[in-house]
Amino acid sequence: MGWAWFHRFGSPPHLYRLAGTLTPWFAWPAAILIVGALYLGLFVAPPDYQQGDGFRIIYVHAPSAWLAVMIYAVMAIAAGVGLIWRMKVAHAVAVSCAGVGAWFTAVSLVTGMLWGKPMWGTYWVWDPRLTAQLVLLFLFLGYMGLRSGIEDLGRADRASAVLALVGVINLPIIRYSVEWWNSIHQAPSVMKMDQPSMPMEMLAPLLMMLLGFSLYFGAVLLVRVRAEILRRERSAAWIREVLS
Amino acid sequence: MTPRQRRVTLVVGILAGVSIAGALALSAFRENVMFFFDPSQVAAGEAPIDKRFRLGGMVRPGSVDRQAGSLELQFVVTDFQQDVPVRYSGVVPDLFRENQGVVAHGRLGTDGIFVADEILAKHDENYMPPEVARAIKDKHGGVMPANPDLRSVPET
Repeated sequence: MGWAWFHRFGSPPHLYRLAGTLTPWFAWPAAILIVGALYLGLFVAPPDYQQGDGFRIIYVHAPSAWLAVMIYAVMAIAAGVGLIWRMKVAHAVAVSCAGVGAWFTAVSLVTGMLWGKPMWGTYWVWDPRLTAQLVLLFLFLGYMGLRSGIEDLGRADRASAVLALVGVINLPIIRYSVEWWNSIHQAPSVMKMDQPSMPMEMLAPLLMMLLGFSLYFGAVLLVRVRAEILRRERSAAWIREVLS
Repeated sequence: MTPRQRRVTLVVGILAGVSIAGALALSAFRENVMFFFDPSQVAAGEAPIDKRFRLGGMVRPGSVDRQAGSLELQFVVTDFQQDVPVRYSGVVPDLFRENQGVVAHGRLGTDGIFVADEILAKHDENYMPPEVARAIKDKHGGVMPANPDLRSVPET
């Protein structure tokens, strides 16, 4: 046994088939959870005592922001594995994370701005938390830009992996920005050691949505990894067998 | 060292390097990244009095004074140690209310009044339905405590 399972992941045909089998197991629960959480969050959860119904944007905003950070972590880990073990499929996983991560980051920024205008009184301020999240978007975009600027696949993999690793420093900054500095952004309501600052009827849809978004990311990642493997292995013999 | 060990060293080195660089940069920036100054910092002379800066704190209950028929507004920003009176003309955000966080952007006048040209409301991390908020306020003499215990409230 030993490391055999790990090395089997490194085999493109194996991962290609595994990803294809797993996709529906992520996609369907994700769809059910997201629809259920939307219904519970928008219609069943009570309004907030101060923000009224405006607080409901949290059900998209907070899970998107968490996912953005989580996807960056997955991307950096995959990039690190790819660098250390020279594992091509690990680089394929890292590449597949960037686009989804950038979109979740953008959604968290846009929903935050839409909430910020009526509640804070402004769409945007150069606050530590907001700025760090914007830097996260630029890290994702920079990662993709760097890759598209390098012709040679192996060099693009290594260079972008180093960039992904350097950007990891931004993750603790995002998380702790609201505690280290005076920030206009509120402190964490859920992701903290203490009990959540939210009653169960408001919290449950939020956690459901977090799980739903995570599974959705899993499903999209699997589909994208398959596409990336096809692209990289397009001249390999096993592809012809799979596709015929 | 095998090539793989060398690559492990490289990855660990990158992570350690950026962590140290980040920690040093952040501790150096610590003061500059502050989004706002609180009234105690203003009283201690830490805020840039001659420039525009942001003042943050709580709106002191009972201090909001609106001029009827205009957008003129006066209130007191407090951190429960020091107070700074603020004057503002314009529309305030939805969450601007007494005993709520607020961030005012403007200048401190020689008369000690902070003249703001922008008012932002700061929300706290507590979310709850109106009935629960009412129940908690009733228990605490009509005032929302800083860390309301949501478990102490009976389900509505």
